[in-house]
Amino acid sequence: MLTRQSVRQSRSAVLAIIRARQSSTQPPDPNIKPLESILIANRGEIAIRVNKTAARHGITTTTLYTDPDAASQHAYSSSRSYNLGQTSEYLNQAKILALAKDHGCQAIHPGYGFLSENADFARKCAEAGITFIGPPPSAIDDMGDKARSKEIMNAAGVPCVPGYHGSDQAPQRLAKEAEAIGFPVLIKAVRGGGGKGMRIVQSADAFSDMLDSARREAMNSFGNDEVLVEKYITTPRHIEVQVFADKYGNSLALGERDCSIQRRHQKILEESPAPELDDNIRKDLWQKARAAAEAVKYEGAGTVEFIFDNDTGKFYFMEMNTRLQVEHPVTEMVTGLDLVQWQIMVAEGRRLPLTQDEVEERISKRGHAIEARIYAENPDRGFIPDSGKLLHVRLPVATDDIRIDTGFVQGDTVSSHYDPMIAKLIVRGEDRRDAVRKLAVALESYEVAGPVTNIDFLKRCCESNDFAEGRVETGYIPKHHDELFAKRTPTPEVLIQAALSSFLQAKSQKPTVPQQTQANTPTSLSWSSPQSNLQSRNFTFQSADEETTPGTTPQTHSIQISQLSPTQFTAQAGNNSYTLTSTLDPTTNTLTTYFPHTRHTSRIIHASDSSIIHLFTPQGSYRLTPTQPGWLAKALGTTEKANSLLSPMPCKILRVDVKPGDVVKKDQTLLVIESMKMETVIRSPGEGLVVKRVVHGQGEVVGTGVELVEFEEIEAKE
Amino acid sequence: MAALRSAPWATLPRSLRSGLRQQRTSLNPIHISSRQQSRCIASFTDPRHAKAISVLPTLVDKSSQEYKDNTANFESIMQKYADLHSKIAQGGSEKARQKHTARGKMLARDRVTALIDPGAPFLELSPLAGHEVYGEDVPAAGIITGIGTVEGVTCMIVANDATVKGGTYYPHTVKKHLRAQEIAQQNRLPCIYMVDSGGANLPNQADVFPDRDHFGRIFYNQARMSSLGIPQISVVMGPCTAGGAYVPAMSDESIIVQNQGTIFLAGPPLVKAATGEVISAEDLGGGQLHSSVSGVTDYLAVNDEHAIVLARRSIANLNFPKEQPAPNEVVEPLHDSNELAGVVGTNLKKQIPMHEVIARIVDGSEFSEFKKDYGTTLITGFARIHGYPVGIIANNGILFSESSLKGSHFIELCCQRNIPLIFLQNITGFMVGSDAEKGGIAKNGAKLVTAVACADVPKFTVVVGSSAGAGNYGMCGRAYSPRFLWMWPNAKIGVMGPDQLTAVMETVGKSVDPELRNRIERESDAAFSSARLWDDGVIPPAQTRHMLGMGLKAALGGSTERQATKFGVFRM
Repeated sequence: MLTRQSVRQSRSAVLAIIRARQSSTQPPDPNIKPLESILIANRGEIAIRVNKTAARHGITTTTLYTDPDAASQHAYSSSRSYNLGQTSEYLNQAKILALAKDHGCQAIHPGYGFLSENADFARKCAEAGITFIGPPPSAIDDMGDKARSKEIMNAAGVPCVPGYHGSDQAPQRLAKEAEAIGFPVLIKAVRGGGGKGMRIVQSADAFSDMLDSARREAMNSFGNDEVLVEKYITTPRHIEVQVFADKYGNSLALGERDCSIQRRHQKILEESPAPELDDNIRKDLWQKARAAAEAVKYEGAGTVEFIFDNDTGKFYFMEMNTRLQVEHPVTEMVTGLDLVQWQIMVAEGRRLPLTQDEVEERISKRGHAIEARIYAENPDRGFIPDSGKLLHVRLPVATDDIRIDTGFVQGDTVSSHYDPMIAKLIVRGEDRRDAVRKLAVALESYEVAGPVTNIDFLKRCCESNDFAEGRVETGYIPKHHDELFAKRTPTPEVLIQAALSSFLQAKSQKPTVPQQTQANTPTSLSWSSPQSNLQSRNFTFQSADEETTPGTTPQTHSIQISQLSPTQFTAQAGNNSYTLTSTLDPTTNTLTTYFPHTRHTSRIIHASDSSIIHLFTPQGSYRLTPTQPGWLAKALGTTEKANSLLSPMPCKILRVDVKPGDVVKKDQTLLVIESMKMETVIRSPGEGLVVKRVVHGQGEVVGTGVELVEFEEIEAKE
Repeated sequence: MAALRSAPWATLPRSLRSGLRQQRTSLNPIHISSRQQSRCIASFTDPRHAKAISVLPTLVDKSSQEYKDNTANFESIMQKYADLHSKIAQGGSEKARQKHTARGKMLARDRVTALIDPGAPFLELSPLAGHEVYGEDVPAAGIITGIGTVEGVTCMIVANDATVKGGTYYPHTVKKHLRAQEIAQQNRLPCIYMVDSGGANLPNQADVFPDRDHFGRIFYNQARMSSLGIPQISVVMGPCTAGGAYVPAMSDESIIVQNQGTIFLAGPPLVKAATGEVISAEDLGGGQLHSSVSGVTDYLAVNDEHAIVLARRSIANLNFPKEQPAPNEVVEPLHDSNELAGVVGTNLKKQIPMHEVIARIVDGSEFSEFKKDYGTTLITGFARIHGYPVGIIANNGILFSESSLKGSHFIELCCQRNIPLIFLQNITGFMVGSDAEKGGIAKNGAKLVTAVACADVPKFTVVVGSSAGAGNYGMCGRAYSPRFLWMWPNAKIGVMGPDQLTAVMETVGKSVDPELRNRIERESDAAFSSARLWDDGVIPPAQTRHMLGMGLKAALGGSTERQATKFGVFRM
């Protein structure tokens, strides 16, 4: 998206370059090797984003795609695009290098993920005479090794999380180390995982009891009772600093980003500057980040991540990401710079065009920026990823202050093979309050139908009071669970629109009579009272996101609609009864309804394959599904589904742990499925159930809502 | 410019009028410069000019006392009919309806609604049938009939209302059922029978069973229609006993609801009496039996809802012509149809201004009048209704020889061109008296009757006022098989007015029943007519164009079979 914003960015960057050159007043530097052709070894929005900057500077680009990505936007974004083949081939170093050489690409931009932090690949690029747009391999190696990076950081005076990782496991030694670290501390099993063998110790007198219990659990779970002790941070925040360094030892800190709002240990909201942060600490963070970069002789764009203790104001080095990050646009928004362009400049051997003071001057004037990551995932079901065709996409209007980086357009398919991020929405405001408000409004006008998205969830985060006040921390989502996951009941207006659109859609599906030759015949002919001719039709809906477990019935909503004339209806929702006019534009799926009290212009998308109705109304977005009539199950002979366990998402069955005839305990593992590269254990929903049939075997790939295990019918106990 | 001179200036849209005026004035300078030319140049035939001379003017003064009185009088009968219809639409008694729905069955009108495509209207036929006929309430004669669109196909729907006397067939139930089949056959509409009936109403068996147009004719019609390629689909949603069993059995495809629909020639009590066999209704003729053992039905449904889905699917598989769009764009009349009440009033002694009526019925109020200045008591001309071209024949006074000849001529034109005919009846009869007889009114009237009888284009009749004497014949009364015949609530039908009839009876010297006049008055009423199926329904005047549009769509919008008209001997 070539916004005015980006034009301005590039212009200012060009000015910066000119200024840099003027200040040097030297003939062209022999170390500068201009890049004219770049291969983008990535996919999705980042490939498109890199391409935009390259295109703006007259650099030809080559993109890559795999079989499932053949029709993806990033592949279309450049005219030269090559097929890598199988799904995993974005990691095929040899093939990518060969393509780069064959097609005369001078440099490779690795984006983020995939090969971006692969020192080996960076080395191979150098050997092949191709510029790897990223740090030197040694820096990647140094930062890739956790233990080594901590050593380097300690040496450079960058604080790390205090902890004891020693082999002396004597309780006295451990207690002493804990004392030295300072309570509260965390005891963790070395082999641990999943919270097993982990204890938080608040004070010294509780230490030995907790140690014993952690060791017992570790021994039982992992057969090894070795533990480590670390500083426990009660209210941690994730604050990272964007750094940039050139080949001449210059480094800059381009401000920090607070990425504390996370789910599944992945960021979803990122902002800059970090809210509620003392300016001295901020400057200290920047200084330490630059020190970290200099310590590994860094080049290009990097991010130094810190864990920040909100209670003490102390921060500790966690790791350094030696690549451009997903959330880099936040920094671009608050600095007015194009970081990809800077990456190219550094790779070409140019000097950083700004000084730290100039950067800080810019940051001081550009307010606040927030990025929201739009994912195809279901927040109500533990954020499990979703995939499928994007039936409808409507973006907020892009302005200087609203930027949308997306890799998908309407009609594209979000593949289950790759990361389910659909887009990034970045907004800038004069201050944090302004930015949060703009973000909420932009999210409100962001419509995606097809896969489930986190858009509504993000909006609820924005509207959450503590977030608005800047009280962020990494445990924000679980701590505000009740507020963020509050159940929303669709309003009568929403339900009526679902019914009207179903009615009008059914009508427009069979366009036997074109609109212009259609008579304005009242549906209720003759004596014009609603009862005279046709009766009201009943529509029943339920939430598409409500989990149906055996034995529970979802809440259903009934709406009665009666048509008086082609555009006039009476509608009844519970005790609310309206006479209204409503028209559907089938080309845009826009339903315009005039209730007696208000007008609703809504986009309503009926997914033909899943029967889900996506509603984007002035009262928010909803996903409803028509309730299946009772006779359908009987007619299909599937009434006994209550005794079945259904797949929660499209998945592959990795393992089946039960066989017919088994009696299972509640929560016993029945099978293990994999979706979006994540394993999920399917457990028994009840105690003493008898397995009747395992419907799908190991290795089979199934869709959502497919029967996995059928149990014997439970005898009714009189 | 001759055409312009006769243009009804008053009705032209102002913009068009001023446009024409400008054109006329601006012509002058050009005219001067073209003097050198030896002959006139051809005019530009502006398409708006034809429209300008066709748009009907209105002289209705809505602020006049007469208009206000007419409206008020009409409103009171309209209210009477609205109340009557909404009462009838409820079906049987509250108790019967509750019992019905408690069994998980849908009410007959709900079944019809669920069957019809969303957004499609339902043209109900004769809802007043059986009203005040039997000395007991038989709402809609216990059967709902009408035309509706199912899966894009215009269909005839016949649904028994089991809440009315168990859905049994009274004489008028039979008549209504047969009328629906007649319409289906004439217009080639697939029939969907939603059966839920206890069979013939036994106390009335003499008027239900034996005659030609009695119960047996239903199955005769089914067989004949099937042979003509008009699909017959049954949905058995309740009992189909004895003769009723033949409705599904005679259908092309049958659907039955399990544990609810039954089909047998004799029910369990009769079987027990005849053979001593004791058996339940479900085992004797339930859905399971007929769908899996006897093969009497083709599809087994769980409930009404399911059965309706199956019925819709059957219609989708008919491969029958779907509704086609009208040949021309639909334009609403320029003048509001709701003004008809004020235009017409309820006093039939007053002449109804028929041009004003036509102006509120036809598309764009455009009417190409034929023989405008000849035989002016009969208006003839071409127009469009809901985009369909039609020929309109409307009474504007008593029929004279000239008007009869004009009417016959116009009917010939329409038949030649395959244009449907619309008759707007307000007729007290043909002219009487020595002058008329000398002028050959009998043979000229006969010409009109011959033309009407033989015309094989779709005919539609709306009685907007009186329908009396031989005028009824000449204007396509029920006996002349119009595809549809509707009455306005103010309309009266009878051989002559009650006053004239009483006078004639007194003249011939018979002792006159003092109640005669009142009885004739009552029997001429539209509701009396509709209760006996002399028409297809009493309709609000404002809906006339929509009813005609629906009728035209039923006749021409789907499967059609053009028949060339062959007239009988016109006595010259």
